[in-house]
Amino acid sequence: MSALQNAPAPSPSAKEPSDRPILRMTGISKRFPGVLALENVHLEIGSAEIHALLGENGAGKSTLLKILSGAHPADAGTIELFGQPVAFATPHDAQRAGVVTIYQEFTLAPDMTIAENVFIGREPGTKLFVSWRRLAEETRAITGRIGLRRDPMTPVRDLSVAEQQLVESARALSVRSRLIVMDEPTSALSEAEVANLARIIRTLKGEGLSIIFVTHRLEEVFRLCDRFTVLRDGHYVGSGRVADTDVDAIIRMMVGRDVGALYGERAIAELGSVALEVEGLTRRRNARDPHAIELVDVSLRAHKGEILGLAGLVGAGRTETVRAIFGADRFDHGVIRVDGQPVSFAGPRDAMLHGIGLVPEDRKKQALFLRLAVRTNMTIAAQDQISRGWFIDERRENRLVDEFRRLLNIRMASPNQAAGDLSGGNQQKVVLARWLALRPKILIVDEPTRGIDVGSKVEVHNLLTEMAKSGIAVIVISSELPEILAVCDRIVTMREGRVTGEISRANATQEVLMGMMTAHEGAADRAASGQ
Amino acid sequence: MTEARLADAGERRGFDVFGFVARFAPTLFLIALMALFAVMEPRFLSSINLFNVMRQVSITGLLAVGMTFVILTAGIDLSVGSLLAFAGLVAGAVAKGGLQYRFTVGEGGVGYGWGLAALAAIAVGLAGGYLQGLAITRLKVPPFVVTLGGMSAFRGAALLFAAGGPISGFEPSFAWWGQGKIGPVPIPVIIFLSFAALAHITLRYTRYGRQVYAVGGNPEAARLSGLNVNRIVASVYVIMGFFAGLGSFVLAARLNSAEAVAGTGYELTVIASVVIGGTSLFGGSGTIFGTVVGTILIGVLLNGLVLMNVSSYIQQIVIGFIIVLAVAFDTFAKSRRRKV
Repeated sequence: MSALQNAPAPSPSAKEPSDRPILRMTGISKRFPGVLALENVHLEIGSAEIHALLGENGAGKSTLLKILSGAHPADAGTIELFGQPVAFATPHDAQRAGVVTIYQEFTLAPDMTIAENVFIGREPGTKLFVSWRRLAEETRAITGRIGLRRDPMTPVRDLSVAEQQLVESARALSVRSRLIVMDEPTSALSEAEVANLARIIRTLKGEGLSIIFVTHRLEEVFRLCDRFTVLRDGHYVGSGRVADTDVDAIIRMMVGRDVGALYGERAIAELGSVALEVEGLTRRRNARDPHAIELVDVSLRAHKGEILGLAGLVGAGRTETVRAIFGADRFDHGVIRVDGQPVSFAGPRDAMLHGIGLVPEDRKKQALFLRLAVRTNMTIAAQDQISRGWFIDERRENRLVDEFRRLLNIRMASPNQAAGDLSGGNQQKVVLARWLALRPKILIVDEPTRGIDVGSKVEVHNLLTEMAKSGIAVIVISSELPEILAVCDRIVTMREGRVTGEISRANATQEVLMGMMTAHEGAADRAASGQ
Repeated sequence: MTEARLADAGERRGFDVFGFVARFAPTLFLIALMALFAVMEPRFLSSINLFNVMRQVSITGLLAVGMTFVILTAGIDLSVGSLLAFAGLVAGAVAKGGLQYRFTVGEGGVGYGWGLAALAAIAVGLAGGYLQGLAITRLKVPPFVVTLGGMSAFRGAALLFAAGGPISGFEPSFAWWGQGKIGPVPIPVIIFLSFAALAHITLRYTRYGRQVYAVGGNPEAARLSGLNVNRIVASVYVIMGFFAGLGSFVLAARLNSAEAVAGTGYELTVIASVVIGGTSLFGGSGTIFGTVVGTILIGVLLNGLVLMNVSSYIQQIVIGFIIVLAVAFDTFAKSRRRKV
């Protein structure tokens, strides 16, 4: 199991909050022009409670939390905090009342220091001048409590994603909050970092704070949370003690039907011929980008018809490896062979011409044109197929869009809708469609289901399996080990820019993979061969 | 294109007021402004006056069409006025048959004709744009800085080329391109609207157009989708250069003179036209239709104020407010538009 397992189970003392909830939201409704986002939704949070707010994307979780934090007003309903009715007009009001929200997207200023970010707008000192000494001291006191061991004067830009999250948490602590709202805090973190965050959340709980925790990783709910509330399509579905339920029951509540086993068993694919071979891929650090991760002698093979998993902690060099293969980043040494022929790519375009596709890690920053129509997003790489000369042939384009809309079950109002208005799962399917339209021989998918809901997750997994069945060599990078174990036939582990082992899915468990991902090379070899 | 399409999805659930307003904000504002002027000053609506307005805006309109491509890629071109002056002088020299005749007022006689003059102007524009495009994509200098340099350098080149003096007095066949009419419609207006239509078709219906929006919307995603981002970015400055060259020819024809100080301050009017027309300075969103409306809006505003005898100093203040208000209103309407 994941690292979260080591921690104690949700404490049995997690009492029903009804005796004295610190937060009670009752009958909350919210209508956006034309859409009913929330209807008569309830949420109760007890003191010193970790509460999971669950639901598929679009269920209304974010809207509810925005109402709580004062970012949106509610159309109907009441909010009581410590028994007092409240209505926050701005996030600042909410913060002063002790409700602090840590959003999905970081709200840190990258060029300012940790200390400045923690105390932004509330710097200690006189009215005119900031006391840098006190700023540093007070920051150190807070960051020490949550295990961020960095000089408070370090610019946030130099921190890892996980460390930046700690800075966000430190900010929440610095305002003497009573209730912290975390909107998908773990979606960008590796397992080890999630474990660290879990530890911090428990520390906060130990100090008497309550936490509302939004996540798509259900296993986290069972390892970390005391109670849960499920929303679906803007309605309250139910809530209860985590200890009294199980994954299947929660999934049923979230999707309103049985999805089948989330991570069902699947036969291991027969290996076809080698489609992609990477030998000795090396990238040294250079002065131009000192933060770039080094790659040392990375070798791997992907066969037709299989799904190869690349597992590793954040910073292991998985993303860097596939970007180098795809021609998106340079590398110093190494040979890449496609169907046995050595190739060299000047850029992604060359890789595409050799039948390689890459679904990048960060959907919004690297893959989507959020303000452009879904159709443009789907066909931008396949313009050759939908054009006559210089012109786009809209009939051909519509055919292509319809084909993949049906094939991938993409839910959208119209292909002319902006991609940014789709849910995360549908956005990911649009990106997959972009590459499938090119009929790739090799498809690399970096974090296929990050931040998408359970139902779409299953669909994406099935798609990956279908692709492999059709003879595509699929390479999947995922920070979620259950996902790696669910979809991959063979798994290569990496650590600090090196390959540390390879293992068949048949022999792999989360513990074995974790060992290979974290161990030094010798241990990894033993772990791999020992299984 | 994008905003237009954003609004589509809402139509099923009845009329989306804010979506409609967001889509047509500049047009609605133009109609309101024209109605206001028509009420306050009857002369405003005469066909002579309206064609006059259109002729006045046709030069900056041509430049604004080119600028739309640039701003769609989240770029900017401050050098348009200077490049226009330089290209105009070259066209003038070609039309005159050489620099030695530059001070000959009246008809030059032995020139190379308007055709070669126009080609020369456009060639200068293309070359100037290409140079700047290269500097932006190869040397990785931000467009603002490159074109700020271009603004100074091209103005200097213009002054150097003509030794500070004007080149004027062209053949009637040259001047016709600026002063002539077909029926009641001035030639510059026809040129402006034809090229605007061509640009609209390019952006809306061609692969290249899609690529411009994609590069402006998200350059990293465009690169990872196999687009040649550098080539597309450089190309929009070449297109801008083309329009600067074409505009310089039409302006020289209209004034029957090319001057080194021509086009001073045009960059602001042109950028304002594009922005008032709803194109986002962050790239990836905007239309040629919007730019045409924005261009005409500025022309109508100035014309109406002139007819109402408002001082030219106050006109500048009004224009300044309108730019900010137009964008503020656009942002407001978009934030209220129906989410799908």
